[in-house]
Amino acid sequence: MMHEFAIVWAHKDRLLVGFGNTVVLSLLATAAALTLASPIAIALMSHRRPVRALARGLVDGMRCIPFLLLAYIVYYALPTLAIRLDNWTAGLCALVIYNAAYMAEILRGAWASLPREHVEAGLAFGFSGLKLYRRIILPPIVLACMPVLGNQMIQIIKDSAFLTIIAVPELTHEASAIQSTYYVPFAAFISAVLLYWVLCRLVEISVGAVERRARARR
Amino acid sequence: MRAYDYLSLLQGAAVTVSLSLIGIAIGVPLGLALALVRWAGVPVLGRLVAAYVSVLRATPLVTLSLLVFFALPNVGVPIDPVPAAILTLAMNTAAFNCEIWRAALNDFPRPQLDAAVAAGMTPWLGFRRIVFPQIWRFSLPGLVNEMTLLIKSSPAIAVVGIVDITRAAVRIGAQTYEPLPPFLAATALYLLVVLGFVRAQRSIELHLDRKFGFA
Repeated sequence: MMHEFAIVWAHKDRLLVGFGNTVVLSLLATAAALTLASPIAIALMSHRRPVRALARGLVDGMRCIPFLLLAYIVYYALPTLAIRLDNWTAGLCALVIYNAAYMAEILRGAWASLPREHVEAGLAFGFSGLKLYRRIILPPIVLACMPVLGNQMIQIIKDSAFLTIIAVPELTHEASAIQSTYYVPFAAFISAVLLYWVLCRLVEISVGAVERRARARR
Repeated sequence: MRAYDYLSLLQGAAVTVSLSLIGIAIGVPLGLALALVRWAGVPVLGRLVAAYVSVLRATPLVTLSLLVFFALPNVGVPIDPVPAAILTLAMNTAAFNCEIWRAALNDFPRPQLDAAVAAGMTPWLGFRRIVFPQIWRFSLPGLVNEMTLLIKSSPAIAVVGIVDITRAAVRIGAQTYEPLPPFLAATALYLLVVLGFVRAQRSIELHLDRKFGFA
């Protein structure tokens, strides 16, 4: 058993490259998904019915299918519509689209429970349109759903493991590669699992810290 | 897509649903057992359960499938793809279910159980008659939600060679060179499965509401 871990340790650079890719992929996907979620949330709260229906259809559709299915659609089915992406970009796009829908629903939930007076006070001070959204509505709702958004980021980290199936060189993929070359399945995958655990703990701890700081400043 | 392709997609749906249901049937009671260990404050075991839940909740299902399927034979436990898939799903969902049950248990007023024991019930009987009937209703929405999440991460078991809905759709796409139609059909199937779970939850709640006047 120790011998197995020694082999994995000797190839730790590969595992760390995979870990790095998982981190970069997750961070990029979180940032992009959150950015994209914001206009979708606006559409979900729109007074215009067709806009609302369209956004609702997108969000509910994403919430019904597995992430892997979307990754396959982006990677295999989009080329038939003449949109061809390499596996890294396709994986990132799938992560962003999928999680933007979930994040939009999280933001909408917080927005719906935002007290009416809060928005009215903003209107009374002359805020309107995008400025009202950016300065008055968005800050409290992002703060309110901080823990849930943190959970969604953990979901993104875990979803990114699916991308090994379309050969994105992330953590699980590298662990698999080491495993299949040296036949050290236990050590390789346990190492990957522990690295995922460390990453998720880091997310939890930093979300907690940001939340505490934001609460202290309020 | 030919008729045969639709049939193989349906077969994939049967695999997804049956393996997930078996995983749930093991994972829900196992999650309750884990939650009870922590609730009862068993010294060393409680810590172990907490560590298990923390690690399993952070482990992607793909990685767990690979670990179970390749590492178990390595330590002398040969395992076939189907049991490996069921074990993976059960281990994963048990960790999440543990947290759901634990939330219900923490919400449960412990003096009720003390009163039951004081009235002469054994702790086990008190659990069966007093605690469980209340916590399962409290946990039901969370448990069903976790079931739909499990269905959505179940394509991970394809990495050990199980042909579920997603894998069947990929195969059809590769054979016909038209991947979009089978993927859309697969989407519709997942929609039906997830809706089925949500419907079942609603009808159970409705039934309870009629029988007891509350859900």
